[in-house]
Amino acid sequence: MNINFTLIAQAIAFAVLIWFTVKFVWPPLLTAIETRQKEIADGLAAAQEGKSALEVAAKKSEVTLNEAKQKASEIIGQAEKRGSQIVEEAKGNAKVEGDRILASAKAEIDQEVNRAKEGLRSQVSALAVAGAEKILRKEIDANAHSEMLSKLAAEL
Amino acid sequence: MATEHALTPSEYITHHLTFNSKPVGDGSFWMLNYDSLIMSILLGIVVMGLVWWVARGATSGVPSKGQAFVELVFGFVDEQVKNIFHGDRHSFIAPTALTVFLWVLAMNAMDFLPVDVMHHFVYAPLGLEHWRSVPTSDINTTFALALAVWILMIYFSIKVKGLGGWIHELFCAPFGAAKFFKPKSIMGWIGLIASPLLFVANFAFNIIEYVSKPLSHSLRLFGNMYAGEVIFLLIGLWAATGLTGAIFGAILGAGWSIFHILIVALQAFIFMMLTVVYLAMAHESH
Repeated sequence: MNINFTLIAQAIAFAVLIWFTVKFVWPPLLTAIETRQKEIADGLAAAQEGKSALEVAAKKSEVTLNEAKQKASEIIGQAEKRGSQIVEEAKGNAKVEGDRILASAKAEIDQEVNRAKEGLRSQVSALAVAGAEKILRKEIDANAHSEMLSKLAAEL
Repeated sequence: MATEHALTPSEYITHHLTFNSKPVGDGSFWMLNYDSLIMSILLGIVVMGLVWWVARGATSGVPSKGQAFVELVFGFVDEQVKNIFHGDRHSFIAPTALTVFLWVLAMNAMDFLPVDVMHHFVYAPLGLEHWRSVPTSDINTTFALALAVWILMIYFSIKVKGLGGWIHELFCAPFGAAKFFKPKSIMGWIGLIASPLLFVANFAFNIIEYVSKPLSHSLRLFGNMYAGEVIFLLIGLWAATGLTGAIFGAILGAGWSIFHILIVALQAFIFMMLTVVYLAMAHESH
């Protein structure tokens, strides 16, 4: 139990051991632990970032979806409008065309009637002249009375 | 125990508490307890070597079980130092705390080696008459550690505050110095008279502190380990008395060993904490 030279020897051993730990043991452990801590922190931050990015993307996709829906309904509405417009137009056109055809038919009919009338008239006048000729064979000179006869034909 | 039967109890205890001393010079100081020295250096190499071996292959990825264990100890020590010392602990104080903790723990743990079994099967075959396997039950070891910490304490005090600052603190702390002399006020006169008294009181207090720190630091550890060893020897003595003694000795020995685990770890922890506290106090200026 005496204090002796062991004291100094042990103190030197202690100093060497401290030096060894300071130099070779502590730094690699500290580096490993701090690197891991940083990696974990980074990982957590990245996860958080990913989460928020996902949220943003979801929101964005929802907005886009809504826009698309709105646009689609707009387009459908427009198409419907345009369709009915086209139908209306077609109806109008058909009516106009029908009217036109009807009118031209009517005109043709009138023309035919007139033509028939003309034919009839000329035939009637010829018949009348022929009749009159027969009655008035001698007295009526065709040349002298042609004016009167054509007047008569026009009146028929 | 066969070889011990010839010994009287006091001879038995003396036998187990005698160091292997080798004179390295003239006078009673120049003796070397080489069992303490060899055991402590061996344990230092084994313990710090193991930690170094793990630290060398330390990865920041998934740690192996060994690394996880070392990191557990590392984290424990680092946490304690962080709570006490606010500065760059990684450059010196925390590694020192780790060294102190692991080394003292290993040296204390040598107390678990059953003295007579070790003597009979290891030391005697090696041709050793007696062998002290617990370096921390040698006052030289604990005082060497405490003294090294004491020198570090003064070194850091001077490094942080400067030589002038340190001397100033020796005389002007903890009570502080009186204010400068102002002849017109009564307080000034009191200050003039009080100053030398304060210097003396402060210096006396600081000297007491500087003496008591290494003494309490080293004697606490030494006393605990020495007492533990003596109790093991007393239990061993009882165990040698016969069958009843052997049975009770075994039970008591097991009980004391289990309780001693607490003391071994606790004393290592206390020694480390005091080391950190003393070094941290050296960094604080008043």
